[in-house]
Amino acid sequence: MSPIQDQDHRNLLLEGPSLGLRLAILSILAIALMVADHRGRYLEALRGALAAAAYPVHRAVDAPFAAWKSLGGEMKSRATLQAENVELQAENLALKLRLMRFEALEEENRRLRGAREGSARVVQRSLVAEIMKVDLDPFRQRVLVNKGARDGVHAGQAALDANGIFGQVTRVGPLSAEIIMISDPEHAIPVTVNRTGVRTIAVGTGRPDRLTLPYLARNADLEEGDLIVTSGLGGVFPPGYPVARVVDVTRDPAQPLLQVAAEPLAALDRDPEVLLVWFERTIVEPEPEPEAAAPPPAPLTSPTPAPAPAAPPTSETATTAGETRAQPAAPAGEDP
Amino acid sequence: MARRRGPGVMAIVGLLLVALLALVMPLPGLVAPLRPDFVALVVLWLCLLSPRPTGLVVAFLAGLAVDAVHGMVLGQHALAFCLIAYIALKLRLRIRAFPLLQQSAVVFALLALAEFMAFWIDGVTGHAVTEWTRWLGVLVGAACWPLLAGLLERYLPRS
Repeated sequence: MSPIQDQDHRNLLLEGPSLGLRLAILSILAIALMVADHRGRYLEALRGALAAAAYPVHRAVDAPFAAWKSLGGEMKSRATLQAENVELQAENLALKLRLMRFEALEEENRRLRGAREGSARVVQRSLVAEIMKVDLDPFRQRVLVNKGARDGVHAGQAALDANGIFGQVTRVGPLSAEIIMISDPEHAIPVTVNRTGVRTIAVGTGRPDRLTLPYLARNADLEEGDLIVTSGLGGVFPPGYPVARVVDVTRDPAQPLLQVAAEPLAALDRDPEVLLVWFERTIVEPEPEPEAAAPPPAPLTSPTPAPAPAAPPTSETATTAGETRAQPAAPAGEDP
Repeated sequence: MARRRGPGVMAIVGLLLVALLALVMPLPGLVAPLRPDFVALVVLWLCLLSPRPTGLVVAFLAGLAVDAVHGMVLGQHALAFCLIAYIALKLRLRIRAFPLLQQSAVVFALLALAEFMAFWIDGVTGHAVTEWTRWLGVLVGAACWPLLAGLLERYLPRS
């Protein structure tokens, strides 16, 4: 042991502090960074800078795929384009018809609801963002998109695709943003069952084709095929947008709660792009419920320009305005 | 002593960049968990190559880069890489005398240590990933070691 170490020391003495001291200093630095980043979120500026620095790496990885895609676009044959065009025109017509009805319905809805301000929270502005072909972490349901703070994207923003809710923005760099999908085990979204109006929370499972609704009582009215839509509580997602469809309801007499599996409507693992949306945030405060006793006091007034207005107790006790770790207040607690 | 010239700064930076790219390169779903931590491998190799204690700083910065690219808690991989770089630097002369297979075993232990640190910090910060497949990368990384060591040896001769 000693002769080898002696030799090491001889080498080391030439340059500054010893190895152990360096390790101690760097470890303390790393731990300080982690605490500052995780607990305090003091490092938003540094985060932004690092995201900007990481952008070229992400871009470089994404570039061949993007090039291939654009090449594919250029190489499409005339026949394919024509067929596509016809198809799109038909779809456009159908959508226009539906939109006409929608406008009438919206008007009627507004009239029926009367002066209840903010009740018709609809998406005002949207931005298409392409998903970059970058593997962030195979164990997390997160993606990177090619729009960032420069396009006005902010943390806590909702992302949709053509069929339903996709996820929300967790981190924003100048040119890119990270989106957590609704299927991430750390993500929970306040929803309501369209048929019955029961409010609950849909939690991700880590699989892109599954959500669970872990907080419904065993006798709750829920059937296979029920549509689950956003409730708009929590203020992150606009209300009334489809989230998932119930595919399996298990009523196990040994369990106090229902076991519900739902399939997200958004094509989480296949989407080439998502829609980032801005919507009116004049929100009717949801009626306060008794367990509002312990709201997280300080972090809600975080300096980030994030949305999350005082989160209702049943939905997200957002630890920070921009943070997404929506933890349900229900007692059933952590996922296994 | 004979002239000791390791790879230059540019070579180190280039190598780390390539490792970073390989770390976020999209892979098909089934293969993705098998991806070894290339950056950790490169850091280990650099530490075994040269006794300069700047290896620790390089490990720290490389770890920070991994955190930035992955979007994880800042400092997580920095800490893990510092630790394994320290051990590698301390035991450097002995490890280098090992045959390749035995080196792989040591690398396996070090990679497992780094992964464990990451796992632990994940848990502390409330992002725990408990799937067993996350440990497969360690195994693949150790299996890659002889290949990587041979390649690097060949293209970046150590003296």
